[in-house]
Amino acid sequence: MIRINCPHCGEREHAEFTYGEDASRLLPANDANLETWNEYVFERDNVAGEHLEYWHHALGCRSWLKVQRNTLTHDISWVGFPHDTPPAQGEVKS
Amino acid sequence: MGNYNALNIAWQALTGNKNWQRAWRDPEPKSHYEAIVVGGGGHGLATAYYLAKIHGITKVAVLEKGWIGGGNVGRNTTIVRSNYMLDGNAPFYEHGMDLWRDMALDLNYNAMFSPRGVLNLAHTKSQYDVFARRGNSMRLNGIKAEILSRDEVLQREPTLAAANSERFPIFGGLLQPDAGNARHDAVAWGYARAADQLGVDIIQNCEVVDFIHQGEKVVGVKTSRGDIRADKIGLAVAGNSSRLASKLGIRLPVESHVLQAFVTEPYKPVINGVVTFGAGHFYISQSDKGGLVFGGDIDGYNTYAQRGNLPVFEDVISGGLSIMPSLSRLKLLRNWGGIMDMSMDGSPIIDVGPIDGLYLNTGWCYGGFKATPASGWCFAHTMANDKAHALNEAYTLDRFAKGYTIDEKGAGPYPKAH
Ligand SMILES: Cc1cc2nc3c(=O)[nH]c(=O)nc-3n(C[C@H](O)[C@H](O)[C@H](O)COP(=O)(O)OP(=O)(O)OC[C@H]3O[C@@H](n4cnc5c(N)ncnc54)[C@H](O)[C@@H]3O)c2cc1C
Ligand SMILES: [Zn+2]
Repeated sequence: MIRINCPHCGEREHAEFTYGEDASRLLPANDANLETWNEYVFERDNVAGEHLEYWHHALGCRSWLKVQRNTLTHDISWVGFPHDTPPAQGEVKS
Repeated sequence: MGNYNALNIAWQALTGNKNWQRAWRDPEPKSHYEAIVVGGGGHGLATAYYLAKIHGITKVAVLEKGWIGGGNVGRNTTIVRSNYMLDGNAPFYEHGMDLWRDMALDLNYNAMFSPRGVLNLAHTKSQYDVFARRGNSMRLNGIKAEILSRDEVLQREPTLAAANSERFPIFGGLLQPDAGNARHDAVAWGYARAADQLGVDIIQNCEVVDFIHQGEKVVGVKTSRGDIRADKIGLAVAGNSSRLASKLGIRLPVESHVLQAFVTEPYKPVINGVVTFGAGHFYISQSDKGGLVFGGDIDGYNTYAQRGNLPVFEDVISGGLSIMPSLSRLKLLRNWGGIMDMSMDGSPIIDVGPIDGLYLNTGWCYGGFKATPASGWCFAHTMANDKAHALNEAYTLDRFAKGYTIDEKGAGPYPKAH
């Protein structure tokens, strides 16, 4: 069961959240070349392991959150705001 | 090895069933093959079979990290259909239907293909119109499709009458009469046995962990059972495609997602064919053992954990109860998940490259079981000839960059939406 510890609301059930996407993808500049846009729009790292991603607390405070989740185990090791970066590997408390 | 036939069964029965032989060998990996297929799921095994049978390439190894049939091919809800609309898809899946019809005889293995019909329920007039359009485009591609009235639907599936409520009235339906189910394990085992008889080595407990390069070319794989070289290496690892491709520095237009499935205790026949609910995402059929087999949406976040979570569980069950309230009286026997290769347009990739010596088979989303024979057939052709067959020429890797996506749903580059 995925539970996310929302910084506003505390630990809440999976069903309150909507998954966004990979938080490491950054919108290219408008004038970036087609290859860069293709990579952004269509290609994914599809990480097996620790993954930084966005979730929307849709049935709670309605904030977007940044979450670090292990895609092999469902474990969530860190939750922050979209502009935050998680502590470096090893410092993450699980 | 011996063929499976009535005479053989009678003889085995008379001799106490003590003389059955194993269905395929358990060979040690050789150091070199003409072709390696990574992944012993339906697609990998079918590819190896057709490489040997049609293209005469018999020095082939299928490398499977676990046991064959332990992946999605043994976890799916076994719906076989070809009710597609777009040109790149329809002929491919319809060729698959031909292969399904001949499979048991061709493989000498009862794959239990049962064309009991796939019925999509429409609950509103506009949904009915959309289905009529889909039915018409299927017919244009030579695929049988019937549009059913409400009464015809209830005649086929009387159990649904109870659900024909004010909330989700049944307006009508789209029926593909030739579609249906097959026995998932038998498909894997049948292809494995038939490929083995043609000389293919099926090597289980053999995980590919990296690749061997020679200049720009891929010439082999590093595995948990040693290095194995081959002239051609095909990847058919479904939900693990990105993990393997990343060893080659390739990013794929694919995300791995979990899909759950459910089966109830065995019950007397209540559902005749495959039924899909149109006012939610739910599909159901009844296995020959009587279990009601059903599923719904994917969980919606990328994952490699082969188990899903409760919100989708609840969603599937509530969809099921909306269309078949009597389902609530049955006990769930099992629930499980499988990791699927969701592509960015909902369509697969069967292609040469993108590196010399490598061939790619991925992006099957949650519809790859029905594609098993056609995918193996086309992938074998592509590997043997270094060129796609007309049936899979639209399934290229570079179609995304070039703007030729095949997006049946029109959902855009959001894998969770396909
Ligand atoms: C719950 C569920 C329901 C589904 N329902 C349907 C349905 O009703 N109709 C339909 O058409 N499709 C359905 N599908 C989709 C279908 O099952 C898949 O698209 C299809 O089985 C994928 O191809 P495959 O059989 O080759 O995959 P798999 O059986 O997953 O084969 C891939 C194999 O590769 C192996 N592998 C992975 N990495 C490595 C490695 N590094 N080295 C060696 N081996 C490796 C895996 O162990 C696995 O055995 C469903 C899927 C799921 C999960
Ligand atoms: Zn919140």
